[in-house]
Amino acid sequence: MASYPRLRAVLMRVAQSVPVVVGVVVISFLLTRALPGDPAAYFAGAAADEASIEQVRVALGLDKPLIQQFFIYSADLLRGDLGRSVSSGQPVAADLAKRLPASLELTLTALLLSCGIAIPLGILAATKPGSWIDHICRLLVTAGVSLPTFFTGILLIYFFYYLLGIAPSPLGRLDFIYLDPEHVTGFYLIDAALAGDWETWSGAAKQLILPAVTLALFTLAPIARMTRAAMLTALSSDFIRTARAAGLSSGMVLFGYAFRNAMLPVVTTLGMVFSFALGANVLVEKVFAWPGIGSYAVEALVVSDYAAVQGFVLIMALLFVLLNLIIDLLYTAIDPRIGFAAK
Amino acid sequence: MTDIPATGSPKSSGSLDHMLYVLRDNPVTLLAFILFALILLSAVFGPALVPYDPLQTDAAKALQPPSWDHWFGTDNVGRDVFSRVIAATRLDLTISIAAVALSFVAGSVLGSIAGYWGGWLDILLNRILDTIMAFPLFVLAMGIVAALGNSVENIIYATAIINVPFYARLVRAEVNIRREAGFARAAKLSGNSDVQVLALHIFPNALPPMMVQVSLNLGWAILNAAGLSFIGLGVRPPAPEWGIMVAEGANFIVSGEWWMAVFPGLWLMIAVFTFNLLGDGLRDIVDPRKRT
Repeated sequence: MASYPRLRAVLMRVAQSVPVVVGVVVISFLLTRALPGDPAAYFAGAAADEASIEQVRVALGLDKPLIQQFFIYSADLLRGDLGRSVSSGQPVAADLAKRLPASLELTLTALLLSCGIAIPLGILAATKPGSWIDHICRLLVTAGVSLPTFFTGILLIYFFYYLLGIAPSPLGRLDFIYLDPEHVTGFYLIDAALAGDWETWSGAAKQLILPAVTLALFTLAPIARMTRAAMLTALSSDFIRTARAAGLSSGMVLFGYAFRNAMLPVVTTLGMVFSFALGANVLVEKVFAWPGIGSYAVEALVVSDYAAVQGFVLIMALLFVLLNLIIDLLYTAIDPRIGFAAK
Repeated sequence: MTDIPATGSPKSSGSLDHMLYVLRDNPVTLLAFILFALILLSAVFGPALVPYDPLQTDAAKALQPPSWDHWFGTDNVGRDVFSRVIAATRLDLTISIAAVALSFVAGSVLGSIAGYWGGWLDILLNRILDTIMAFPLFVLAMGIVAALGNSVENIIYATAIINVPFYARLVRAEVNIRREAGFARAAKLSGNSDVQVLALHIFPNALPPMMVQVSLNLGWAILNAAGLSFIGLGVRPPAPEWGIMVAEGANFIVSGEWWMAVFPGLWLMIAVFTFNLLGDGLRDIVDPRKRT
C-alpha cells in the first residue's frame, strides 16, 4: 500500500521529462538549420554546381517547409539516424556509440572519486567549523571552482609524467603494448576484469587515473561546498538537539540523523555538477587525447563536420536529461517523505 | 542609477559603513578588490605597458625558459610570454564582460516581464529556460558556436545565451514577490504606468542580488570563453588569449617547456579566483545570512 503513492511520484517525474526532451530536440533541430550559409551547398561539397546543390537540397529535404523538416528530423532521430559524418564517412550515431563508453568510464570514475572525497570532507568541515580542516575545505572549494580543467590536466601531466615519470604518456585509454580487452561493456576496467586480464586492467587504470583526477578536482568543489552547508543546517536544527538530549551516540546523531537529511540537497546539486562535468569532460578528453565523444566533437569542430557536432550536442543533452531523471528518482528513493506529501 | 528612489540616500551611508565593517572583518574580500583593480589596469593599459610586442616573433629566442629579460620565458616562435599574458587580459575580459552584460540585459527584460505580468508569458519563458538548462551548458555553447560560425562575436553570444537563465530566474523571482507590494501599488495609484512601476520601482530591488550573480558569473564566463578557445573555437591563433596560449603550450609540456602553458593558465586562474572571491564578498555585504 505504501509503495503506491511513491510509484505515482516516480511516474509523474518520468512524465515531466517528456517536454524537456521535446525542447531539447527542437533546439538541436534549430541548431542544425542555423548553419552558416546554405547547408545544401555545404553538404554538396566545394566542387558542386547549381544543379547538384539543388539535388542535395531535395535529397536532404531542405526544400520543404521548416515544420515538415522538423518532423522528418524527429522521425530520423527515432530511428537512431543522426546523419553522416563528413570526416569519418560513418553514420554519426555509430561513431558516437563506439566512443561513448570511453567518456562514460572517465566521467563516472571521476564522479565516484570526487564524491568519495568531497562528502567526507564536507562532513568533517561541518562538524568542526573553524578548525584547520574547515579552512582546507574552504580553500579547496574556492580554488577548485577557479581551476580551469584543461589547466589542471596539463599541470598534472607535467608533474606526474614529465617530472616524476610515474604516469604513462597522456595518449588515450590504453598503451599500445596492451591489446584492447574483449568488448563487453566498453568500459576497459570492467571488460579487463571480466576477462581476468589483470595486466591490461592495471594498464587501463594507469591511463585513467590522471584524467579522472583532473575531472574529479573540478567537481569536488560544488559537492564539498553543498555537503558542508547542508550538514551545518542539519546539525543546527531542533531534531538534532532532541536526539542529542535523548542521549543518542554522536555517531548515530551524525550519520543516522544529520547525514540522512543533509544528503537531500547534496543529491539535488549533483544535477548541476553533472552539467559541469559533462562540459569539462570535453576539455579533459582533449588534454589527454582520450578517445571519447568529447574529443570526437572537438575533431569534428576543427574540420566543420556539423552533423557530428550537432549529434554530439544532442546526445550529451539526452544523457544529461537521463542523469537528472536518475538523480530525482534516487531522491525519491532516499527521502521517505516524498510521495506522501500533498502534491 | 539615479533612478533609485530617494530613500536610497540616507541608507547609502549606512551600507557604506556596513561594507567597510565587512571588509575589515574579511581581508580576503579586500584582497579580491585589489586583484580586481590590477586586472582592470592590465586590461586597460596592459597592451601599452608590456616590454615586448605580443605578436613579434624572433626565431633566435624560441623556447627560452623564464629569465630576467623574459620573465615568463618565450614561446616556440620566440614571442615574449609575459607580454602576451598581460595583453591577453583585454580580450578575455572583453569577451566575458560583453557576454555577462548581454545576459544581464536580456535576463532582466525577460525576467521582469515574466515576473510582473505572469500568465502564459511566464509559462513560455520558464519552458524555454528549462530547455536551455537541460543541456550541459558548455556543450550547448559549443553547439551554438558551431552553428553560428566560428568567431569571437559568436563566442560572446553563446556565453550570453547559456547565462541568461540564471539572470532571468533571479529577476523573475525578485519582481514576482514585489508585484503586489504596497510601494508598487502606491506607485501605480499615483499615476505611473506599468512599465514605469516595473522599471523604476520594482526592478531596482533586484539589483543587489544581481550584482552578486554578475561577479560570480564573470569568473565562469572567462572560464567558459577560455575553454572554447582552448578547443579551437573563436579566437584565432596569433591573437594573445589565455585559453589558446594554454592550448599552444600543452604541446610542449610533455617535453618539459612548462612556462608556455603554466603562466597563461595561472593568470586565467587568478582572474577567475578574483571574481569568485569578489562574488562571495559581495554576497556577504548584500546578504549576510547566506555566508557559507
